[in-house]
Amino acid sequence: MDTLIHLAFWAMLQQGVPIVPERASSVAKQIDYLYYFLTGVTLFFSALIFSLVFYFAVRYRQRHPDERPQPIHGSLGLEVLWSAIPLGLTMVMFFWGAHLFYIVRTPPSDATQLYVVGKQWMWKIQHPEGQREINALHVPVGRPVKLTMTSEDVIHSFYIPAFRIKMDVLPGRYTELWFTATKAGTYHLFCAEYCGAKHSGMIGWVTVLEPADYEAWLSGAPAGESLEQAGARLFRQHNCHTCHEAGPTSRGPSLHEILGKQVRLASGETVVVDEGYLRESILQPNAKVVAGYESVMPTYQGQISEEGILQLIAYLKSLTRAEGKAQP
Amino acid sequence: MNAARPAANQMPKVHYLNVDYGIRSWLFTIDHKRIALLYLGSITLFFVLGGLFATAIRLELLTPAGDLFESETYNKMFTMHGVVMIFFFLIPSIPATLGNFLVPMMIGARDLAFPRINLLSWYIYTLGGLFTLFAILSGGVDTGWTFYTPYSSTYSNTNVMATAVGVFILGFSSILTGFNFIITIHKMRAPGLTWFRLPLFIWAHYATSVIMILGTPVVAIAIALVGLERLFHIGIFNPALGGDPVLFQHLFWFYSHPAVYIMILPSMGVISEIVCCFSRKKIFGYSFVAFSSIAIALLGFLVWGHHMFVSSQSMYAGMVFSILSFLVAIPSAVKVFNWTATMYKGSVMYNAPMLYAMGFIGLFTMGGLTGLFLSTLATDVHLHDTYFVVAHFHYIMVGGALMGYLGGIHFWWPKISGRLYPEAWARFSALIIFVGFNLTFFPQFILGYLGMPRRYHAYPPEFQVLNVMSTAGASILAVGYAIPLIYLFWSLRYGPAAGPNPWQAKGLEWQTSSPPPTHNFPETPVVTEEAYEYYPGAEAERV
Repeated sequence: MDTLIHLAFWAMLQQGVPIVPERASSVAKQIDYLYYFLTGVTLFFSALIFSLVFYFAVRYRQRHPDERPQPIHGSLGLEVLWSAIPLGLTMVMFFWGAHLFYIVRTPPSDATQLYVVGKQWMWKIQHPEGQREINALHVPVGRPVKLTMTSEDVIHSFYIPAFRIKMDVLPGRYTELWFTATKAGTYHLFCAEYCGAKHSGMIGWVTVLEPADYEAWLSGAPAGESLEQAGARLFRQHNCHTCHEAGPTSRGPSLHEILGKQVRLASGETVVVDEGYLRESILQPNAKVVAGYESVMPTYQGQISEEGILQLIAYLKSLTRAEGKAQP
Repeated sequence: MNAARPAANQMPKVHYLNVDYGIRSWLFTIDHKRIALLYLGSITLFFVLGGLFATAIRLELLTPAGDLFESETYNKMFTMHGVVMIFFFLIPSIPATLGNFLVPMMIGARDLAFPRINLLSWYIYTLGGLFTLFAILSGGVDTGWTFYTPYSSTYSNTNVMATAVGVFILGFSSILTGFNFIITIHKMRAPGLTWFRLPLFIWAHYATSVIMILGTPVVAIAIALVGLERLFHIGIFNPALGGDPVLFQHLFWFYSHPAVYIMILPSMGVISEIVCCFSRKKIFGYSFVAFSSIAIALLGFLVWGHHMFVSSQSMYAGMVFSILSFLVAIPSAVKVFNWTATMYKGSVMYNAPMLYAMGFIGLFTMGGLTGLFLSTLATDVHLHDTYFVVAHFHYIMVGGALMGYLGGIHFWWPKISGRLYPEAWARFSALIIFVGFNLTFFPQFILGYLGMPRRYHAYPPEFQVLNVMSTAGASILAVGYAIPLIYLFWSLRYGPAAGPNPWQAKGLEWQTSSPPPTHNFPETPVVTEEAYEYYPGAEAERV
């Protein structure tokens, strides 16, 4: 049986059918090494059990119905041994996996910030300079990229197999994903979380470009206003400035230099101002009111799109960055 | 090889099958053995139904383009395959049939503690099944068997409510069966049958019952909340209504991960019985096999978050769930080593149940080991929601649970029906199933590593070769499942009488006639020895 399978896979290799995915991100190789380690352990123990079962079945087959095999009650030593060895191996897997997971989940602070909005059934991507893409993502080789993602409807999942990364994209909150592409080329982008009728059509291509090609692409793609400019326009359009930029007597707190800061709430709790808190404060302003202010802000639920909120956030971030503060 | 078959057995004159005739004698029976057969009939129907959906899925995936069905139809196919196979076949499979039949017989009791509640649980199962059948016939449901919100609670336009009500109702049948088993095992053991003389099948069912009672209410609550949000727009899971979509995943997996152990633990119990019988040897390390069932049941409740490593769950929560998931792998490994060691210096026979058991040991080992890829955080990020996961859980649920179920059906068929099936056909089909299974699901591991997401109606063309292999395997598998269905039916009429103990097995159920009388034993048996004393008095060997 196994021989048949191996023959089949050997034939596939000869035919050029891939059995190893492309590898195009900074973490892909490390994750593959861990995968190979796990494969090695799996093959070893599968082969061990298969051959023991097979060997015992043949070696100790019943030769005569009157055979009386001696009972064996067990062996504490063996039980300890075959608990301890798997335990040791799985702990190696745990620490190795957790270490890489920490890397996969911790974006570097200098990453380029892109925004992703998922909806049934497409991916909408905004670049900071204002370029927008649908079901396509252009990124440069060698530069870390951070995606801040949300969904307009159900749960989706942003998956680039060649980068070995995936993150669910949820309605009502932001999730993050980061990577550094290492090889120019085009790679699959899949939605990995079942999201309805055209789930398998919620796909696209990630195009990794050499830095010079990327600059050419950026300047060639229609940009219009940048995200910050669009956010600033929305800020005026929705009259945010009337309360938030009215000096010491304003009805709302100042939005300058707030990102990454802890603020005290009217309830006595504290929160760190991040993208999620800003989003919540636009849509449910009375949920977490800053201490010293009345809960008078109306909700903007239904008035600003998810993409608009991301533009506003990009603008608010610029109010912190412009004054020389590090991004959170 | 069939040394165990005695010549010219007679069927007993009166037994539980012929004591009464007519439809009423079945629909109002309180005999645990007849109720087991009611379940056997129902779950076989659902297995065939679930198999038809699987066939449709594999046919669609023969080609990369989504050309056989509409996307909506395909999504309903895999949803209903999952719902039917998990809730209506795998979860009740061994406990409700073999468990129902054997738990009282193995402990020397006349029946379960609450025979009427036992019948009630079959009616509840049937009612849940009818709701689900109604959902299927009235257009189907497309949420995936996992019912993830807010898709299920807000966006899906299909028959979510009928399906949810069906699964909700079904849960009560599990809970009642679990209670019945636990109370029966505590209170109704024959004189002399102490806890450490119990067959391991009983330990496995005890552990399973604990999960059924503790876990099922949680999934019932989760499904009820989906219903509330869907019908009355109460914001529980949908963020647009102020809810939290990830909360549903916590509630759902709090049950549905332990539910995997509901499916596999009874199978493990079956394998312990079969391996001992056909190696003619005591189990190696009885107490380790027994307590590993309990360990799996308890640890199984602490690992649900490994389904959610990329769900936005915190990184550190992911680490805790990862390490706990590795811990639950250890008792499973201990079982595999002990079964293998039981064959050492045994007197191994290759009867059909033993072939299934050996298949189980191999396939469950592969299923368990590939689970480590998914407990490991960094590799799970890549493999989550791909065909790797599909392959992994089919190795556990089909290669493991279903192989154990078929092995058990073959092992106890002579006891249930009083007749023998054609051994050659049984061995042949076991082999076919093993080959077909591997060809179906092994390529899916590679598909997953390559990055093919699950639940895809259409897929990129470079994945086609592996999908064709998988579909080819599925067609072999279908033949493998059809053969036993035919010869088991055939044997009911034409099979030679089995006699009380065709395998010369130990265990109280083999001490009474086949089929047994309604009250199982003419007089209550007294137990004076440990389980699996194949040759009492033989001097034990030390390792």
